[in-house]
Amino acid sequence: MAEAGGITTESVAGDRARAARTMLDQVVLPGEELLLPEQEDAEGPGGAGERPLRLNAGTRSRGRVVCGPGLRRSGDRLLVTKCGRLRHKEPGGGSSGGGVYWVDSQQKRYVPVKGDHVIGIVTAKSGDIFKVDVGGSEPASLSYLAFEGATKRNRPNVQVGDLIYGQFVVANKDMEPEMVCIDSCGRASGMGVIGQDGLLFKVTLGLIRKLLAPDCEILQEVGKLYPLEIVFGMNGRIWVKAKTIQQTLILANILEACEHMTADQRKQIFSRLAES
Amino acid sequence: IKFMQRGLDLETKKQLEEEEKKIISEEHWYLDLPELKEKECFIIEEQSFSLCEDLLYGRMSFRGFNPEVEKLMLQMNAKNKVEEVEDEAVELDVSDEEMARRYETLVGTIGKKFAKKRDRASYEEDENGHIKPTVKVKKMFLKPQ
Repeated sequence: MAEAGGITTESVAGDRARAARTMLDQVVLPGEELLLPEQEDAEGPGGAGERPLRLNAGTRSRGRVVCGPGLRRSGDRLLVTKCGRLRHKEPGGGSSGGGVYWVDSQQKRYVPVKGDHVIGIVTAKSGDIFKVDVGGSEPASLSYLAFEGATKRNRPNVQVGDLIYGQFVVANKDMEPEMVCIDSCGRASGMGVIGQDGLLFKVTLGLIRKLLAPDCEILQEVGKLYPLEIVFGMNGRIWVKAKTIQQTLILANILEACEHMTADQRKQIFSRLAES
Repeated sequence: IKFMQRGLDLETKKQLEEEEKKIISEEHWYLDLPELKEKECFIIEEQSFSLCEDLLYGRMSFRGFNPEVEKLMLQMNAKNKVEEVEDEAVELDVSDEEMARRYETLVGTIGKKFAKKRDRASYEEDENGHIKPTVKVKKMFLKPQ
């Protein structure tokens, strides 16, 4: 059995590697090791070299398993590095086997990740690059050519203190993060300087992901109140704008508070707002 | 004398190369370890949440506050769900008015490229950054009276 094998080899460390499948949606702590489904079967009964027949061909082909945030690879197993709930997503295409495992954790401090769209504040302009504060350990650098339609003669109109919505092209622990406001085709696709007025405030990273989930009720309800515009940055920053200052402030308060409210409390607040 | 020759023959070239290799291989440092073969790993590490959860596009606008952002929302969220966007066929056609507008400003922009440094200052820009084509007054010779 996988567990018996786990005890004999790791009894010194006191760890028992458990199957990832059994720990889905449960709380995991850093230091735990998880076995992937293929490994359990190999060590199960009948592991004298015989493979049990499988009816679904998908699990037979050892597809690539992606270990997402909060997990690391240690040998053939997954090692948990953050505390939270273990989640799994099956591959959509069917051909890229294995699926994705990750830990759903909560934190306020953002660590730059390549490909993330973030809101940054321009803090300095030095020569050909802007220094943008994204909430990480270092300010990210943004070249003035990384805007749509920017050339050496035609510089973008960016001042110190402006808000920028861009994505990271380089983000690792060894180098200074670099961001751009252009996608791989050369189009802006919504990135660049965020317009005038509005309010920028900070929330936890988990709330951003919750609000950006495809089936988020909060946003649908908020959208029915009055015309507004929101920009979400994966670094925990949200920028909101509505027609009047009061509406903007109400919106900001709702978004900050909805993290700790139950669905009923939220509905009460929305109904009160709709009346007034 | 061999060193002044423009080209060495093949044989001498080969001999020289071999001598060089011998010298190099003796001085080359190498590790006396058995060759380690990297195990084929089936686990890929990714630090990004966008692969795990299908998150929506970060910019949103509701009830027509920012029409461009609303258009973007449809485009980007449709891309995630791999839906066919059939509006593109309609947008390929440019209306005559837009063509006329484009050409109006194009004349100014291209004209600016060929204008001399003194004349460049005379090109003004209106609110949108479009260059207004100004009529240049050519300086004629004034007869002294």
